[in-house]
Amino acid sequence: MTGDAHDEHDRARRFRDAALPHLDDLFTFAHYLMRNVADAEDAVQECYLRALRHFDSYRGPAMKPWLLAILKNVCKAEFARRSTAPAPSECDDAEPTAEQPPIWQQPQSSPEAELLRQWDDQTIRRLVAALPQPFREVIVLREINNLSYREIAEIAGVPVGTVMSRLARARTMLRAAWNTEEGSTT
Amino acid sequence: MNCAESETLLHALIDGELDAGHARDVEAHVAACPACADNLQAFRAMREAIAAANLKEPAPASLRSRIEASLPLHGVRAERARKPWAVWLLSLRSSWRSFFGGLALGTALSAAVAASLVIAVVRNDQQQETASEIVSAHLRSLQPGHLTDVETSDQHTVKPWFNGKLDVAPPVIDLTAQGFTLIGGRLDYINGEPEGAIIYRRRQHIINLFVARHAGAEHGAAKSETVRGFNIRHWTAEGLDFWAVSDISAGELDEFARKFTAALRRGPS
Repeated sequence: MTGDAHDEHDRARRFRDAALPHLDDLFTFAHYLMRNVADAEDAVQECYLRALRHFDSYRGPAMKPWLLAILKNVCKAEFARRSTAPAPSECDDAEPTAEQPPIWQQPQSSPEAELLRQWDDQTIRRLVAALPQPFREVIVLREINNLSYREIAEIAGVPVGTVMSRLARARTMLRAAWNTEEGSTT
Repeated sequence: MNCAESETLLHALIDGELDAGHARDVEAHVAACPACADNLQAFRAMREAIAAANLKEPAPASLRSRIEASLPLHGVRAERARKPWAVWLLSLRSSWRSFFGGLALGTALSAAVAASLVIAVVRNDQQQETASEIVSAHLRSLQPGHLTDVETSDQHTVKPWFNGKLDVAPPVIDLTAQGFTLIGGRLDYINGEPEGAIIYRRRQHIINLFVARHAGAEHGAAKSETVRGFNIRHWTAEGLDFWAVSDISAGELDEFARKFTAALRRGPS
């Protein structure tokens, strides 16, 4: 009995040491996905709960992508729930149709016009946050969490090739939005 | 390579995800195509601007303390630590009701299954890595003077030698009568963790048997593979993970594994 209790304690301690250092990264990802603080907090909490439950089957190699994958599933389940609710969801996982909102125009081709200004952090955050879901997700995982395409593919649940093409689309959208922003403020 | 291919692949180039062959192809195309060269430059600049910005969002202190409070601290007995967990779960239930109120059990299950799929993929990588480490350890052990830390065919000498060196007591079993001669033990490192190695000889061939505590509850099926020309047999028994590695045939290694496990189940002689 005491052996079991000790094992349980040891397990929780190992989980704490391994998982807690990634709290900020998890919260960042959740906030970009859920788009508000309260939902992001709920999702991160649920993620830790599930991760501790599955910790016995965790064998590595990296803790962060594993936690992010669980978090992604938590958020996805919440979106699935919302999409059955009457309010329409703009954040579901479906690829956007060919019809793009006007903000995502093809970028202007003159490179002089797009000497990228060092936007303040807040502006960049806003531009990233405005991307449609699957594109926002790859940008956050790649640019903020520095994950490899393979790790992103596992979290997003798509092949590596799809990660590559989504990232290309996402950066093209971001660049267009960036140029629009530049045009509107100069 | 055309512009359409290059438009996608240049992102993988920026991210350092292309193999050398494709990287050369994209670079050759970009060198000959001004439009793609402009794109590459612009996306590189944008990526640097994003990297320079601080886009991480620190978790609110209240969230951090809630999660910290739910995990047992160093030196706290597990029985007492259970209380904050329960409190947390209760508070979670109320705050969660709004968020996951309509979450059907089916969704929760499929999410859990999806999470375990990820775990399966990740773990597979880890196993390959472990197999490769085991072959490296085996090769190291074959260098002069590296095979044994304690050299004896007496299992009652090898077994106590491991005491205090590992968090498990590797079962040391003499299989001389079955054609596998015990020649000693060694402390080795696999994936940075200390592991016990028990060394056997079959004719002129060395078998290294690595022993570690098995993590997780389920016991997978025994598995044979060949890495860099060496046969590896991995199995689980009595809460321990075993990896046998040798240049003897897969069939003989399987025979070794079966005889070892049978002797292990019979208990100490």
